[in-house]
Amino acid sequence: MAFIAPPTPLRLAVALDGLGWHPAAWRTSPADAAAVFTADHWAGLVREAEAGLLDLVTFEDTFGPPTDAPGELNGRLDAVLVASRVAPLTRHIGLVPVATTTYTEPFHLSTALATLDYLSGGRAGWQARVSRRPGEAALLGRRPAPIGEEAVRDLFDEAADAVEVVRRLWDSWADDAVIRDVATGRFIDRDKLHAIDFAGRWFSVKGPSIVPRPPQGQPVVAALAHGPRSYELAGRGADVVFVTPSDEAEAAEIAARFRAPEPALKVFADLVVFLDDHGGDALARRNRLDDLHGSSWHSDALIFAGSPEQLADLLVAWRAAGIDGFRLRPGALPYDLEAITRLLVPVLQDRGVFRTREPSGTLRSRLGLPPAVNRYESPEGARVA
Amino acid sequence: MPRQVILAAHFPGVNNTTVWSDPAAGSQIEFSSFAHLARTAERGKFDFFFLAEGLRLREQRGLIHDLDVVGRPDTLTVLAGLAAVTTHLGLAGTLNATFHEPYELARQLATLDHLSGGRAAWNVVTSSGPFFGANFRRGGFLDHADRYTRAGEFIDVARELWDSWAPLRPDRDTGVFADTGSFAHDGPQFTVSGRFGVPRSPQGHPVVLQAGDSDGGRELAAAKADAVFSRHHEIEDARAFYRDVKARLPRYGRHPDSLKIIPGVSFVLGDTEAEARERAHDIRRQQVSPQTAILLLEQVWNRDLSGYDAEGPLPDVEPAGDEESIAEGRAGQYADRFATARKWRARAEQKNLSIRELIIEVTGRQSFIGTPARVAAELNEYVQTQACDGFILVPHLTPGGLDEFVDTVVPLLQERGVLRTEYTTTTLREHLGL
Repeated sequence: MAFIAPPTPLRLAVALDGLGWHPAAWRTSPADAAAVFTADHWAGLVREAEAGLLDLVTFEDTFGPPTDAPGELNGRLDAVLVASRVAPLTRHIGLVPVATTTYTEPFHLSTALATLDYLSGGRAGWQARVSRRPGEAALLGRRPAPIGEEAVRDLFDEAADAVEVVRRLWDSWADDAVIRDVATGRFIDRDKLHAIDFAGRWFSVKGPSIVPRPPQGQPVVAALAHGPRSYELAGRGADVVFVTPSDEAEAAEIAARFRAPEPALKVFADLVVFLDDHGGDALARRNRLDDLHGSSWHSDALIFAGSPEQLADLLVAWRAAGIDGFRLRPGALPYDLEAITRLLVPVLQDRGVFRTREPSGTLRSRLGLPPAVNRYESPEGARVA
Repeated sequence: MPRQVILAAHFPGVNNTTVWSDPAAGSQIEFSSFAHLARTAERGKFDFFFLAEGLRLREQRGLIHDLDVVGRPDTLTVLAGLAAVTTHLGLAGTLNATFHEPYELARQLATLDHLSGGRAAWNVVTSSGPFFGANFRRGGFLDHADRYTRAGEFIDVARELWDSWAPLRPDRDTGVFADTGSFAHDGPQFTVSGRFGVPRSPQGHPVVLQAGDSDGGRELAAAKADAVFSRHHEIEDARAFYRDVKARLPRYGRHPDSLKIIPGVSFVLGDTEAEARERAHDIRRQQVSPQTAILLLEQVWNRDLSGYDAEGPLPDVEPAGDEESIAEGRAGQYADRFATARKWRARAEQKNLSIRELIIEVTGRQSFIGTPARVAAELNEYVQTQACDGFILVPHLTPGGLDEFVDTVVPLLQERGVLRTEYTTTTLREHLGL
């Protein structure tokens, strides 16, 4: 028998969206589809993920509606607020909403995400995303964004500026800026607050933030990347990158690509999952949803339909290929989420690649990210001009 | 049945009225502080919780103001969190119409309304100067004269978006989730079109508050708001404001009860009148530290007075001229510095007051001081005699500043039959009788 190296633990996330990622999933959900706009729906999903000891959940979002197709779940709540609504109800799971950068204010993004970090006691993250769909500019009365290579490049450059501003604002207060010194009457030491003085092509932001430095210092920044341009954005500003390899070889290639320039970056592979004890049942559910949809649905990520053992095989193999963790997109909710937490997780635990107890600490520390050093405070604590 | 008293709890803000130097003062930023105040308000069967918005840290003489509480959270994010720890309390926040866009804000407010089961409210304000704009893409572009034009049209657009969805009835048999949500608006401030992303929320329209006090602000309130966050708390002044604003309503085809007038007020309680007065004085001394006294005097004198002793007499120099104010980022600055300075000097000389004693007297005596019985009686008198429809209470301490009020004054209001003993309604609109 060949020697088998001890398996490396993997990290597990779930991407929440509506009633599941398949566009017809709302038609087979046991719950009233309108319940997707209630707090109970989201609290139930996140509690289920937390009970499964998952590292984090993401909340999908776009600036405009998710789709205009009448036959699909074509409305959606603001993801940062959904994450904030469930934060006080949960204790250890990471909460990572999508928030878009193209038509939003970096200052508001920074303060909202810092506040989510306070609400959750250091469990906040942010999946940054550009808005590039037709029609979104008209929602604000802007001219449609130009199309073409250069315009897309601009969108991503602007997003990188937004991430930079958000991060600088998070650092714009030293952790010990609040002094409450009754003798001198001073609430803060204003020398420990820093203007960020960002001036870029698209916007200028003076700072400092209105929010003291959040518990994590820097909440976790993530980005979904499908190709060289978004790889570059992710590499420039993110702590976690979600990627969509279609097989193990591609997974290895992408992991190596990020590992070289950004060794601290965590690479998560996205997979759409339909999961049943008997793999054939999962496939049948997928086929039924495709029938309802009227065509075979494809995603940017690989679609897996099978048993927990088969999925565990895939995850362990891709982990060995260099992928740090996985973000599973349940095909139908809550069905495939419960299959992940109740069927897949025990299999991974049996194989020794997933935690068996509640994780502790901040989301950053859980993911193995280094403590966030404040860019305006030197290691000695002296101020950088 | 007597008129009911509307009650709201204002999270202590970043003015010197919030006392941080007291040993009982807690965090201005940890969620537990917000949760404590909200739960206390809900225990007292209040109508809503209120949170102001920060857009930039305040400055004086070009430096970040460090004498008052500094740092606060994002408004909507905290309100969404509070929806998880309360069940009936309305959740109101200030959101600036200059530095938000209608589509995004309407979406966030509709989201908050869904996530709270119909408890969202929005206090509309505008900013025109360049100070706040330095933190935003748009800069300080808004003309002062356009403030209410923008605010009014912003509200219109938000309501068009909130109205863009028919009641949601997903039909899994026909496969139609929703065929609704389209909008188009073409006006001087906003030309927007497309599809709104959030189905109609439990309240339909989240409650809209308006806080501007100028003629334009009053007119905007009469035309479009559900409630006014007013600053008039002296009873005759409050009655005059109440009559003025309510008289504007018929022109917009509105009933006087369709707009609630709710001044922001402070309170100090004591077992006896004398004890309450003494506590009020002690609190005023905490609110006006020697350093704060000098700083507030500088806002009128508009010059550096840091060399003067707060416990000594007023400066012998006169206020500086009409150049720009040395204080940035606060509302309600002095219109005529010279007249104010003359008035203050006369008062200080007549009563032999130090700078600090003068500032304690002239900048914000508490609105209601007395035993719980007296304060309950006065609050009720205001509402029964149409000086207002209720109050936004501003405690001086975070987070426990409302505890005593809820323990002692609330039961007395309930005995009088002017405050609910249990919530009998679900949404904030229903609580307020809108």
